[in-house]
Amino acid sequence: MNPGTGKLRTLITPLVGDNPITLQVLGVCSALAVTKTLATALIMSLAVIAVITVSNAAISSIRMHLPRSVRLIIQITIIASLVIVVDQVLKAYAYSLSRQLSVFVGLIVTNCIILGRAEAFAIRNGVVASILDGLGNGLGYAWILIAVGTVREIFGAGTLLGIVILPTTAAGGWYQPAALMLLPPSAFFIIGFMIWAIRSARAEQVEEDEFEVTKAGGP
Amino acid sequence: MSTNEPVNVGDRPASVFRQFLDMPNDRPIKTLAITLIVALVCSALVTASAVILKPRQIANREAERQRHIVDIVSRVPDFAAAFSRGEATLEAKVVDLESGEYVPRMDPASFDQRAAAKDPETSVMVDPKEDVAWVGRRAKFAVVYLLVRAGKTEVVVLPVRGKGYGSMLYGYLGVSADLKTVVGLTFYEHTETPGLGALIDAPSWRRQWYGKRIWDQTGTQRLGIATGPVDPASPDAAYQVDGLTGATWTSHGVTNLLRYWLGDHGFGPFLRKLRAR
Amino acid sequence: MTGYASIFVQAAFIENLALSFFLGMCMFLAVSRRMETAFGLGLAVLVVQTITVPVNNLINGYLLAEGALAWAGLPDVDLSFLALLSFIGVIAAMVQIVEMVIERYLPAMHQRLGIYLPLVTVNCAILGGSLFMVDRKYDLPESVTYGLGTGFGWLLAILLLAGIREKLKYSDIPKGLQGTGIAFVVVGLISLGFLGFKGITVG
Repeated sequence: MNPGTGKLRTLITPLVGDNPITLQVLGVCSALAVTKTLATALIMSLAVIAVITVSNAAISSIRMHLPRSVRLIIQITIIASLVIVVDQVLKAYAYSLSRQLSVFVGLIVTNCIILGRAEAFAIRNGVVASILDGLGNGLGYAWILIAVGTVREIFGAGTLLGIVILPTTAAGGWYQPAALMLLPPSAFFIIGFMIWAIRSARAEQVEEDEFEVTKAGGP
Repeated sequence: MSTNEPVNVGDRPASVFRQFLDMPNDRPIKTLAITLIVALVCSALVTASAVILKPRQIANREAERQRHIVDIVSRVPDFAAAFSRGEATLEAKVVDLESGEYVPRMDPASFDQRAAAKDPETSVMVDPKEDVAWVGRRAKFAVVYLLVRAGKTEVVVLPVRGKGYGSMLYGYLGVSADLKTVVGLTFYEHTETPGLGALIDAPSWRRQWYGKRIWDQTGTQRLGIATGPVDPASPDAAYQVDGLTGATWTSHGVTNLLRYWLGDHGFGPFLRKLRAR
Repeated sequence: MTGYASIFVQAAFIENLALSFFLGMCMFLAVSRRMETAFGLGLAVLVVQTITVPVNNLINGYLLAEGALAWAGLPDVDLSFLALLSFIGVIAAMVQIVEMVIERYLPAMHQRLGIYLPLVTVNCAILGGSLFMVDRKYDLPESVTYGLGTGFGWLLAILLLAGIREKLKYSDIPKGLQGTGIAFVVVGLISLGFLGFKGITVG
């Protein structure tokens, strides 16, 4: 790990060490649903980064004056308002992508990462640290989305951001696209194997076995 | 908010605010005030963004609809150029499917065919025996688009739908003004299987529709999708496009929706009126 | 009635919210280690979904959609941008009401579902169901069917996964893949199986 300053660590830890998707298993819904193409994955990532950073900043700045009884309601109101703004902006400036994202932009509201960071971090840390934490978690979420989106688009359609990388047989090329990549199950497989790869590299993230398997004839 | 608080009359507003912030957070008055402030700020933000961006969004929605229609008519030679020079126009008109007449009193921009198909007042249940395309309820009206150049209609674009493999296919069918051949067929909404049925989106397949004949001499509709690739020697070659490999249901679905919408229960009466004109 | 049957089948099997739209995944993976807890959460989702989708349908149809306020003499008002906020509020309120009602009248059921109900508020399957309902322009009876179908589909999916994960406890899985990793792969396989429902036509 980069030792760095405390602030830098706030930004970097969520990327791999404490990644919201692969370790905390938060916000997976949208990570899977919008990764059919890289373009949708990118737009979704930007939307989530924007919402989580601003919501963290806003909640952190009023944290001293948040009454306990209505804390959650206020957080959800702030997050939902930000999501509506993002949704409106996308409808105005990236219409066809926002059509493809359909309800998943709205579902950022229930993305557990955002409320989770507000509750776990922004509520008890300063504004700057909260912004960095939001940015870090947003980026941690984003890189997984972008990685999955890249794999699915290249192997599923032979393109990247709509640009032909592997010319498909349908268009006179040589590549026979793996249509499975465009279907929902592939997203589960890719994230499952990504988790495997990350945890093989970082043994401390491995989950405990509930039962120890003993080989027949073993001790 | 100062009713519960001993506030000195001489205090500046800033210090009243200071006092308010210094109140314990669980005081009901502060809870209420904070909630109110957050609600006000959020609603201002949301309303502002919705109001400011609305015109752009409406323009986008309209452009999206036009895009598919323009995609069809762009198959007509040198049409794109004429369109961009403003020599050609796209006119939207509401048609009464039963009588085949235009309905000038209805505004095509605000007519929502899908909503109309739900409402018992503006729709009819298609007789299951006639319903080859699984249309179910059908709106009594439809918005058609006419491509007009120098006062002459060249292409008629008809909205079509029917069940494919995954779900309903929604699309537009372009027919030349003499009503003999197809100009184009495009689907803007479907959930067909990627790599198989979803090839209805592939440009190479869509291009095949241009110039296909709809009816033969006896007036029988023969337009459709072949089983497998079209054999150029077969008598059907002028009427059919290649079948989609591994997507028999999608292919049947498309053939059936063409049969329904070009038939007597679809745009039949309208097309007859158009031919007579 | 074929229309309703096909909406139900489509919502429960063909377009299963968990398996083909990935909705409610966080909880789907977190609470599927044991059959019993999975059943509790799944049932809570079913109950809440069946209530909130129609309620949100009414709110959308009579307050929010473009022209919905015509009955109040405001035909030009379009409040659809408020849908998200209203739906979240309705869901939170409905979950509270459902909890109070079953606590009062069905204490046995409350013991089973009590702890899962608050969780359901932040389950994206619930909000997603309402958003899809608006997107597809369902009317009231259709939205009841849709709520029932999606809730049932979600319950079915989490039961399937929990059943498999209970058995998986005894298997020898590569270290890094244990727990979450293998759960993803299993869900992928179930989702692959559910693709077989595509193409079913009811009626």
